[in-house]
Amino acid sequence: MKKEEWPIWEVFIRSKNGLEHRHVGSLHAADATMAIENARDVYTRRQEGVSIWVIESKHITASNPENSGELYEPAKDKVYRHPTFYELPIELKHI
Amino acid sequence: MDNVKNLEDQFQARIDAGEKIEPKDWMPEKYRKTHIRQISQHAHSEVVGMLPEGNWITRAPSLKRKCTLLAKVQDEAGHGLYLYSAAETLGISRDEMYEQLHTGKAKYSSIFNYPTLSWADMGTIGWLVDGAAIINQVMLTRTSFGPYARAMVRICKEESFHQRQGYEILLILCNGTAVQKEMAQDALNRFWWPSLMMFGPPDDQSPNTAQSVKWKIKRKTNDELRQRFVDITVPQAEVLGLTIPDPDLKWNEERGHYDFGEIDWTEFWQVVKGNGPCNKERLKAKVEAWDNGEWVRDAAMAYAEKKNAQLTKAI
Repeated sequence: MKKEEWPIWEVFIRSKNGLEHRHVGSLHAADATMAIENARDVYTRRQEGVSIWVIESKHITASNPENSGELYEPAKDKVYRHPTFYELPIELKHI
Repeated sequence: MDNVKNLEDQFQARIDAGEKIEPKDWMPEKYRKTHIRQISQHAHSEVVGMLPEGNWITRAPSLKRKCTLLAKVQDEAGHGLYLYSAAETLGISRDEMYEQLHTGKAKYSSIFNYPTLSWADMGTIGWLVDGAAIINQVMLTRTSFGPYARAMVRICKEESFHQRQGYEILLILCNGTAVQKEMAQDALNRFWWPSLMMFGPPDDQSPNTAQSVKWKIKRKTNDELRQRFVDITVPQAEVLGLTIPDPDLKWNEERGHYDFGEIDWTEFWQVVKGNGPCNKERLKAKVEAWDNGEWVRDAAMAYAEKKNAQLTKAI
């Protein structure tokens, strides 16, 4: 039989209810069920989570760091999006 | 050519500014290769490191010790997995890394080529070997490559228990019968020098150190880390009432550090080259486990494909 590597999965864990799932790392598994089980063993040995998401890495589309300029530059000169841009009298309260 | 030079300068400027490098960022080819080598060898060390301790799981002296040892060995497997994943972000496959280990092309920490002869060795490994690993790994939590640094943070959080359980094993032996204490002393005698060798060759014989420090892969040199290990370990040996097997070991008031004797680097290089007491046994065990698991890996893959095909058909 042809040797084939199990696909790579990205693992996201919610550490407790009320918090978002966060990326914790990746692992190999033959299918989604095994990916969840492996994630349980690899990433939650000390009660680090209450919920696990897995997704096969190939399904993730990532931005390219080479395009960082065109993606993020436009926000740089828009200081008026921040509250501190607006100068108001010091005596003013609750605003 | 100028273009590459320019990119390299920009890269160095990012490193100097304390920025982290992420997998998709441009990086010099040598930075990538050095990381693949270092991270995969680190991963191999975690995985091979399970073998000397696995040797004692069935013979642990109590249920408590057996649970602890199982948990520790499982952690080592986990640490190997975090590290393999970090290396994979640089474009090498898991199978390629295994292949390099199994063919002897890739190295792993020499310490695991020493045999574990008595129960006291489990204590000594936790105390000294994990202790030395912690010193190296704490430094690496600040390494410049993001995935490696993140794996190290995770590992360091888990490693402290490894060292403490080891020290506790020795504490109990050292407060036990004369024979038990002798067993602890014997383990220390065998593991002390190999533990010092874990930090790698001395700085003047480590040609890659300068570049690694410049790229902030390493934040401290081998000799600096080794000195730190000696300084914090000597008082811990005193608490146990054990004698470190080094007649030249003594506190140097002027330096504010312990002086210690000459390390036998011939032995170190012999073990690195494959002539240590257990090199062949370790590699054989690892290769056999991999080969014997092949049908399981293939069956799981075939099952996943079959289920997937059924699902596609149903749609």
